[in-house]
Amino acid sequence: MAHPLNRPQLVKREQAALPLDRALLIQIHELMVEARALEERLIRMYRQGQGFFWIGGPGEEAFNVPLGLLMKKGEGLDYDYLHAHYRQSATLLALGEEPIGALRQMKNTATDPYSGGRNFIGHFSKRRWNIVPGTSPVEVQYSMAPGTAIAQKRHGGEGITIVTGGDAGTAEGDFETCLNWSSRPGNQLPMLIIVTNNQWGISTAASTVQGCKTIADRGKPYNMRVKTINGNDPVTSYLELKEAMGYVRKERKPFLLEAMVSRLYGHSSASGANFVPEEPDCVKLYEQWLEENGVLSRPQMDEVHSHWSTQIAEAARKVRDEPQPTADSIWEHIFAEKK
Amino acid sequence: MAQAIRMALHYAEENLGVTDIFGEDVGPPLGGVFTTTQGLKTAWNSPLDERGIIGAAIGLALAGQRPIAEIQFCDYILNSVDLLMLAGGVHWSSNGDWNLPMVLKTPVGSGIRGSIYHSHSFDAVATHMPGWKIVMPSTPLDAYGLMLSACQDDNPVMYLEPKALLRIRGDELLPGEPSDQRKLSKMIDAPLGDRSKWQPIWPKLEPYSVPIGKAKLVRPGGDITVVSYGRTQPLCAKAAEALAEEGIDAELIDLRSLWPYDWELIKSSVQKTGRALFVNEDTEVTNFGEHLVRRTVEELFYRLLAPPRLLAGKFVPGIGLADNLEMASVPQLPEITDAIRALAREEP
Repeated sequence: MAHPLNRPQLVKREQAALPLDRALLIQIHELMVEARALEERLIRMYRQGQGFFWIGGPGEEAFNVPLGLLMKKGEGLDYDYLHAHYRQSATLLALGEEPIGALRQMKNTATDPYSGGRNFIGHFSKRRWNIVPGTSPVEVQYSMAPGTAIAQKRHGGEGITIVTGGDAGTAEGDFETCLNWSSRPGNQLPMLIIVTNNQWGISTAASTVQGCKTIADRGKPYNMRVKTINGNDPVTSYLELKEAMGYVRKERKPFLLEAMVSRLYGHSSASGANFVPEEPDCVKLYEQWLEENGVLSRPQMDEVHSHWSTQIAEAARKVRDEPQPTADSIWEHIFAEKK
Repeated sequence: MAQAIRMALHYAEENLGVTDIFGEDVGPPLGGVFTTTQGLKTAWNSPLDERGIIGAAIGLALAGQRPIAEIQFCDYILNSVDLLMLAGGVHWSSNGDWNLPMVLKTPVGSGIRGSIYHSHSFDAVATHMPGWKIVMPSTPLDAYGLMLSACQDDNPVMYLEPKALLRIRGDELLPGEPSDQRKLSKMIDAPLGDRSKWQPIWPKLEPYSVPIGKAKLVRPGGDITVVSYGRTQPLCAKAAEALAEEGIDAELIDLRSLWPYDWELIKSSVQKTGRALFVNEDTEVTNFGEHLVRRTVEELFYRLLAPPRLLAGKFVPGIGLADNLEMASVPQLPEITDAIRALAREEP
């Protein structure tokens, strides 16, 4: 079928100046819908017994898509390193990743491009794009990220290190490690330190366990720039990320960015993966805005949804028959051999 | 041995692409609490933060650097065991996509009256972490050769330094090491007092390799096989010499690499002697030596003349400060001698 976005767009004559380029607004929408369709398919796969466990990022698309679009993608010190947590599928798609990779990881097939059927869904890894292996222990990435940033600081250029995590995990010492190591006097690191704050740690409300007013405040004693933003708005997210990344790239200093986001299907399949209607849904909110500002019409957006749910359903069918890793393969890749 | 490690690190930063040697007090002015990192051009001081040190080493290795991280005493590594597990699993969990060329060095064991929290061993925990290579020298030359091998490996290598042996002199010189010890000390040991203008004068060192995974036959013998490493290794050698006068001819193997380890050498020796004693100083419950005993029983049972035995540290929470407490907690020369003698003479 012809892609809906290749068709003529509805344009309101009286539209106000848009905050971002129209094509970019449409691209962000498309990627958010793609990411949501992917996550909802992954949840369905879990329900159908095609995977053992689901965890992911529905509710973080408005922030994660701009992040991926703004990253400098590539391998090595000249490009951005991403130390991601497990709610980052939208970032991967925005970087240009095909959704079928996540479906394969969900189904733990041998073809899973991130772990060969070894790791949970959402645990991405792609050396070619500096996506370091994602892990289940929350927050360890905040201890590792200064390492890539030290190398980038020494190397120079524009490549930066981006680390993301949730609000609950900031209670771990690794978060403080990150703040301290990135801001040593004379040795500040080019790091964008991101916390996507959904105000939950599994079943524990942040308001009952977090003593600080905002998580961004925790960067202040380290003399780093900090900001808390509405991560449910992709336009805000794009503009704020662009500003923060520009600062880190140019000044080679850290920036702590806290994005308030939703957790639309709960923590994981362990808590049921049911839709949470009380939380703001960034896709719905953005679509309302796009419509009001004459960027896309409802029927056009419906077509985008239909396009991606069809595409991803087709991909899921393809994955269904792919083989699991062989039993013997447990012995592979314990040690790297000299190339 | 501390000088040998330092010279290996110097060689490695000059010739093997080592980019960062770091940890608490690793850089100037101190150069390490055991002086193993004095005068090195890539050495720097980190925050007092073990998780940060290991995390940064992982990140540096992910970024294609070649870091050597130090944890000042292995006793302080325990808050970072999850990071060590993750490091060991990076290559495997990414299905071969990523690898970590990093070395983690840390002093281990008793012997300096370090009391409860500067005397722990780490070999039992370390050998529970797949994906790591683990080495532990007992001579300066091996310390040099193993470090050079570790710095060329594409995997995480844990380099355990038996702190009781860090001050020993070796029988063999490193390739390029001046034979005059005082001359060497003047060249590479940082002076007391103000060191701000001090620069080491490095001897012209040559490469030397001790392959990871190869044990060393220290003393051939026909009556009993003794396998040890680290602090207890020279004690086993002394015991074996003393027992030779009693007519007990012990074969002594210095394992040097705990993972991967040289099973072929152990196996051929035990097939010859029919008796095996494993000696180390980590606590004896779920001790690495227990694995070696198990494998010996399973694979060599019908060649054995006596039960294989393990002599290891007592399963107590720490090593007490008082001399009697330390002596009673980890194997010393008299017990090692007794254990070898008893097993060599054991009859059904």
